[in-house]
Amino acid sequence: MIPDSTAPALLDRYAEHAGPDAIEQLRQLASRLTGLKVVHVNSVPWGGGVPEILATLVPLMQELGLDASWETLEADEDFFSCTKTLNNALQGKPVAPSPEALQLYEAVNARNAERLRPLLEEAGVVVIHDSQPAPLLSHCPDRRGKWIWRCHLDLSQPYRQVWRYLRGFLVDYDASVFSLDAFVQPLPHLQFLIPPSIDPLSEKNMPLDPETLSQVLEQFSIDPQRPVVLQVSRFDRFKDPLGAIEAYRLAKQFVPSLQLVLAGGSAVDDPESAEVLREVREAAAGDPDIHILATEHYSDRTINALQSAADIVLQKSIREGFGLAVTEAMWKGKPVIGGNTGGIRLQLLDHRTGFLVDTPEGAALRIRYLLSERHRMGQIGQAAREYVRQSFLSTRHMREYLTLMVTLTHGDEDRIELG
Amino acid sequence: MGDFAITDCALAIVATGRRAQTLRELRDVLRDVHPGCIYHHFWGTLLRPQFAQLEYNNDFASWCHHNLHDDRIAERLAVINPAAFANMDDLRQELLEVIDERLDETEMMLFAQADRQFHFVRSIIVLFDTHRRLLQPDELAVALPQMPAGSGFYHFVDARRRQPRQIDDFRAWLLEWGPEYRSLCEALAEIDPYFDSLFVLRERLTQLFVNAFPPFVTLGLSESARREDSG
Repeated sequence: MIPDSTAPALLDRYAEHAGPDAIEQLRQLASRLTGLKVVHVNSVPWGGGVPEILATLVPLMQELGLDASWETLEADEDFFSCTKTLNNALQGKPVAPSPEALQLYEAVNARNAERLRPLLEEAGVVVIHDSQPAPLLSHCPDRRGKWIWRCHLDLSQPYRQVWRYLRGFLVDYDASVFSLDAFVQPLPHLQFLIPPSIDPLSEKNMPLDPETLSQVLEQFSIDPQRPVVLQVSRFDRFKDPLGAIEAYRLAKQFVPSLQLVLAGGSAVDDPESAEVLREVREAAAGDPDIHILATEHYSDRTINALQSAADIVLQKSIREGFGLAVTEAMWKGKPVIGGNTGGIRLQLLDHRTGFLVDTPEGAALRIRYLLSERHRMGQIGQAAREYVRQSFLSTRHMREYLTLMVTLTHGDEDRIELG
Repeated sequence: MGDFAITDCALAIVATGRRAQTLRELRDVLRDVHPGCIYHHFWGTLLRPQFAQLEYNNDFASWCHHNLHDDRIAERLAVINPAAFANMDDLRQELLEVIDERLDETEMMLFAQADRQFHFVRSIIVLFDTHRRLLQPDELAVALPQMPAGSGFYHFVDARRRQPRQIDDFRAWLLEWGPEYRSLCEALAEIDPYFDSLFVLRERLTQLFVNAFPPFVTLGLSESARREDSG
């Protein structure tokens, strides 16, 4: 396809949101890394936050002059069932994959290493995302570059037996990256703290016209005249969709017109979601004001429209690596009520950019408060958007990745002078 | 007199994996933690976006208040002026003494919740050349409103640990011009950078320079340009 020469360059489009100084920072950092071969590896090409982040960061790195690419694992359902258990354990659930499952986990990584080895061994920087591809490093003995393990999970209280197993694959990495200080586990290398980000230019976060919002609400029979509370998340126990239903029920006693929308796509690497969805449907018990949107993979534009049309966004998680759905809603100027956990704490400054709650009762109380004090919804939403603009856009994320790469390739100094 | 080179900056955060759940543990880790942690927990806070005025101007005080619920130590830690110490080790010593004093006077052993521990982190500061250079002090009145927030941090906050006299870069530059700008320097010294967001700080600095150089700002001309014009 011939590029549209009249379209503004990608970096100029980001400058409209993040400001020209942020772009100049990226250019100065990237000037030290021109031509560097960077390979990202994660489990799947779509579904969940990691592919979304990579879909933004990889083209941005390319535009900045790095030779960046993105690979995913070739794996089957049994592998993902094993890594789902691994991830649950890493986030604190006392479960462990069977020895056979771990054998499969290692074998799938060995098979993928055969395919990816030439690329990975010649790369200047390899970024391995989460636990699924973590063993790849052990299959690349002639690696030339620096290897970074990027953990997107809440690793604050891992099930120790499983963490010890995974740690064996991580000790030879050159650096690791966590979203929050509380998630850091002892590893014998540099550990950076880099919260993830959202892409303001993506289908999921671009502004939509009111007609699109009306169409989407109509498509799902959601009444635009009545208040809507929305939770967007996979059907995962850590996201506590049952807690969201309980909060809705408690609030509805005071706001009878209230509607709840639970919108959750699925991801290839999350085979548990069907079971959780069944539990959610049971809990909803046919309430016509609870809209469970889970029968297909919703487009980013649909999720965007739901978030933009909602009055309040809920993220009632009990464990959360970061919570990009929170960031997305904040960027749309919505008041968010989030579980007092993990990365949600970093985003929702209680009573300023949103509300943190510990129970369904707490969530219900904040729903009632916001619906009765509607001017606060606007104030909090505005502060939330500004907070995201300053802290959680892709440009900030990119700057920190580039800083990490400059540090690894030019030496660990306390001050890096550019320009 | 040299030019004033406007620098922008950002921090990259590095975890140390060290943490504290009680005041005693905080003291123990502080004894030998990387000096960059002390810098970060005093100054790095200010580079984070703020949506309300800070109650406490460093992370140690804030943690003692919010998580140990010990306001006596929080208040004593908050009053420490980091710029008054020549280096991080002197500042570390002051912290240790304040904490030891509190440990001596109380039998209570207050714990933070397990998920509310103090995590020691340090930062790598990345400096960006904005390629903007100022020749005359009055140009600051025009340049300040356009400066990135990171420049405010670098020149007005971080400068206090770089400059030999522990003052900000603006004062250091103005003082090179002799006594002419003494009153402006005195007014700059009155601005406490530890409570406002960097955006509010930039507004306050701008106002100060606009008041000091009003006619040139109105015209959008620097004093030097005006002199050339009238000459």
